[in-house]
Amino acid sequence: MTTSPLLDASGVAKNYGAVAALRNASLSVLPGEVHALMGANGAGKSTLVKILTGAITANAGRILIRGEARDIRSPAAARRAGLLPVYQEPSLIPDLDILSNLRLTGTPVEPFRAWVRELGIPDLDIRDTARDIPLAVLRVLDLARALAVEPDVLLLDEMTAALPANLAEKVLEVVRRQGDAGRAVIFISHRFVEIAALCDRATVLRDGETVGVVDIVPGVEEKIVELMLGTRIVKTHVAARSAAEKTAPAPARPRIAVRNLRVGTKLSDVSFDLADGEVAGVVALEGQGQDELFAALAGSIKPSGGTIEVDGQPVKFSHPIDAIRAGIAYVPGDRSEALAMQRSVRENIALPFSAALRNWGPIPMRRERATVLSAIARLQIDTRAQGEVQRLSGGNQQKVTIARWIAADARTILCFDPTRGIDVGTKQEIYKLLRELAGHGKSVLFYTSELEEVQRVCDRVIVIFGGRLVDIFPVEEADEPALMRAAYGLPRGAKADIGILADPTANASDAPGATP
Amino acid sequence: MRRANPIASHPMSTTAITPAPIPLGRRVKRFMADRPSVPLIILLIILVVILQILRPGIVNERWIGNTIKFAIPLAILAGCQTMTMLTGGIDLSVGTVATMSAFIMATQVVNQDPAVAFLLAMMPAVLIGLVNGIGVGVFRVHPLIMTLGTSLIGTGCLQVYQRTVIASGAKIPDFLAWLGTGVTSGFPNALLLFVPLAALIVFTLARTGFGRLLYAVGDNERATRLSGVQYWQVITALYITSSVLAGITGLLYIGLIKAPSLSLAEPLVLPSVAAAVIGGTSIFGGRGGYTGTIIGALILTVLTTLLTILQMPEGARRILFGLIVLFVTAAYLRIVEER
Repeated sequence: MTTSPLLDASGVAKNYGAVAALRNASLSVLPGEVHALMGANGAGKSTLVKILTGAITANAGRILIRGEARDIRSPAAARRAGLLPVYQEPSLIPDLDILSNLRLTGTPVEPFRAWVRELGIPDLDIRDTARDIPLAVLRVLDLARALAVEPDVLLLDEMTAALPANLAEKVLEVVRRQGDAGRAVIFISHRFVEIAALCDRATVLRDGETVGVVDIVPGVEEKIVELMLGTRIVKTHVAARSAAEKTAPAPARPRIAVRNLRVGTKLSDVSFDLADGEVAGVVALEGQGQDELFAALAGSIKPSGGTIEVDGQPVKFSHPIDAIRAGIAYVPGDRSEALAMQRSVRENIALPFSAALRNWGPIPMRRERATVLSAIARLQIDTRAQGEVQRLSGGNQQKVTIARWIAADARTILCFDPTRGIDVGTKQEIYKLLRELAGHGKSVLFYTSELEEVQRVCDRVIVIFGGRLVDIFPVEEADEPALMRAAYGLPRGAKADIGILADPTANASDAPGATP
Repeated sequence: MRRANPIASHPMSTTAITPAPIPLGRRVKRFMADRPSVPLIILLIILVVILQILRPGIVNERWIGNTIKFAIPLAILAGCQTMTMLTGGIDLSVGTVATMSAFIMATQVVNQDPAVAFLLAMMPAVLIGLVNGIGVGVFRVHPLIMTLGTSLIGTGCLQVYQRTVIASGAKIPDFLAWLGTGVTSGFPNALLLFVPLAALIVFTLARTGFGRLLYAVGDNERATRLSGVQYWQVITALYITSSVLAGITGLLYIGLIKAPSLSLAEPLVLPSVAAAVIGGTSIFGGRGGYTGTIIGALILTVLTTLLTILQMPEGARRILFGLIVLFVTAAYLRIVEER
C-alpha cells in the first residue's frame, strides 16, 4: 500500500447557507482498488460524490488526481480528469436510440458492445430506443458506457440496486476485474454482502466528516457500524412515558393487516400488523422500498400483489380518498407535497373537509373555524403569519400537515419522516403528539431517518432492507446500534458475522437478517 | 405607474394614524397587498378622468350606462377565465360557446317556444364544457389545447348548423333585447342578471367547498390529491360551469349586439383573459379573485372607448391597447406582491 493514490481528496467542505453538508471529508483511492464509501443517511455521501464528479463545487478542500491538483468544476472536467460516475438514475436520453446516445457522449461503440456482452446481455440491438429498454438493462448499459471509455476512477452509486441477481453477479464480477486491471472503483452501497465480496477498503463518513478508513476483513461490519454511529453508540433507554402517552390496551384484531405486499420491483413480500393505540416505527436506509410501502397504504399507488386489510376487511385503494374514507391519512415527508403554499393555515387544515363532492356547497364557517382552531391549539401552531402557509417556519408548516388530520380525526396516521429539517423544540412536540394519539387509541406508522427517534416514539420497529421486511422487534431492543445493524440488513443478536462475509456469492436480498 | 404613485398615496392618509417608522413606500405596498383592488379602482378612475379631460362632458349617465352594458358580457367571460385560471387552466372555448348559444337562440326562437329555444341554446354549452372537463381532468390534455380544439369543433358545427336554418332567418327575442340594451331608471337591465351572478361567483370562490378546491388544486394538485380530492371531478364541474356561464353571456350579448353572426363573441375571448390577468388572477393558478376581474373588465372597456375617441388608426390603437395591458399587468404585480 505504498503506491501513490489515484484519487486523493482531503479537507473537502460544502455549506448550504448555514447548514454544513460536508465539514472535513477525505477520500483516498489507490490504483487497483475497489473502495467502498459508506455512511448513514445524511452523512454527506452524495454531497462528496457530487463534488468529485463536478456536479457541485466545494467551498474548501483539495482534490489530487494522480498526484496533480485538479479543479473539477463541471462533469465534463471530471470526465477529462478520468473520473466517471454511474448514478442510480439511468442517464441515457429516453427518446434516442442507444447508438445516438453513445455518439452524444463520444463513447466508442465496439468497446461498449464488448462490455455489454461481458455484463451478461448478449443480444442487445443498439438501434433500440432507450425508452423501450427495461430499467435493469439500462443501468447495465450505463455501466458499459462508462467502462468503454476506460476511466481511471469509476464511481458507482448503488449499482446493484434494482438489478436481478444474475445481472448483479456479472456486474460485481466486472467491477472486481476493474480493480485487478490497475484502475480504481469507488463503490457506494448499503449492502455489506457486496462490499465484503468486492471491496478492499472502506471510507466511512459521519456528519460530513471522514471518521475512518478500514480494511475489509471478516467481522469489519461491526467496526463500520460503530464508526457510522460514532459517540451515539451509548445505549439509550426507552423514555419514561406519562399516563396520557401510554399505549392503550391491545385490541383483539389489528387495525391494519398487511400481507405479502408487493409494489413493482421496489417492495416485495411485506407482512405486518398495525394495532390501534400503537406507534409502529419503520426503519430503513434511503430507497429501500419504504416510500412505496407508505404510498400503497395511502392509496397513492396500487400494489402489484398482496393484500391490505383494514379492521379485518380487505381493501383496494385506487385513490387517496379511499384510504381517507377508511380512516388512513398520509403525511408526506416533503411538506411541499402536502401544502397549498399560497393559501392560509385555515384553508390548508380544512382542505380534506371539502374533498368529497357532497361537501362542495357553502362551508359552515363557524364550525370549521372551531375545528381548525382546536387543531391549531392542539399542535401549538404559531399562526402569526397565517395568511399564507409559505410564510410559516418549516416546523410550523409540518405541524399544519399533521393538524389537518387531527382536525379530520383520522384513525390511522402514516407519518413519513415528519421531523426532517425542523427545529428541536418542534421535534419534541411532534414526538409527544404521536404518543398522545396512540394513547387515544389511534394508530401511527412512523418512518424516520433519525434512528434516535425510534425509542422516543415507537412501540415496535419494522425494518425494511432491499424491499423486504427483514425484522420486527420491540422498542426495548431498538437502541441505535441494533437499528443501524438491522437497517444494513445485518442479523440481530449475533456479533460474529463471519458467515456472511465468508460467503461472497450470497444474494443480498435473501441472506442478511431474514431469520431474526 | 408614474402617474399612479401620488394618487396611490392618497388612501394612506386614512390608515396612517399612528406614526410608524416604516417608510411610506413600504406602507403603501403593504396597504395595496392587503387590498389588491384598490390600485385597480384608482387606475379606473384615472382613465375616466383622462377621458373627461380629452372630451369634456363625455362622462355622463348615458356613457356610464353604455360602458357597464358593454363591460358586463366581458366581465362574465372573464369570470370563466378567472375560475379556470385559478386551477392553472384557461378556457378559450368561451367565445365559441357564447356565439353558439346566441346563434341557436336567435334562429330557433323563430319557430320554437322561447323556453325550448333556450334549452336548445344551452345544450352545446353544457356539452362543450363536459368534453373540456373530461379532456383536461381525466385525459390531462393541456387546457389551452383542449379548449382551443373544442372551440374549433364548435365553430365548425355552427357553420353546418347555419346552412340548415338559412331559410328560416333569425330574430332577437324581445326579452333578450330588453335585458341587453334596456335601461330602467338609469340602471342597465343587464345588472339584474349580472349582480346576482357576480355575487354567486364571489361567494362560490370564497365560501364554498368547490371554491376552496379551485384555489387549492391550482396551488398544489398533489396536496389536494393526498387530501382526498378527485381532480377530475373538480375540473369537470369547473369547465361545465365555465361553459354554462359563457352560454348565458352569449344570450345577453346577442340582446346587446342584435346581429347574430358566426363570430359574434369571438373578439371577447382574449380581452376576457386580459381582464382576469389585469384583475390580479395568476395564470399559474392558486391566486386571484373575481372582484379584481370585474374591475379589470371595466378598465378594458373604458380603455377601448378612450382609444376610440383618440381617433387613431386601427393599427396604432391595437398596439397601444396591447402595450397598456402589458404595462398595467406588470406594474400591478409589482405593487401587489410583497416579495
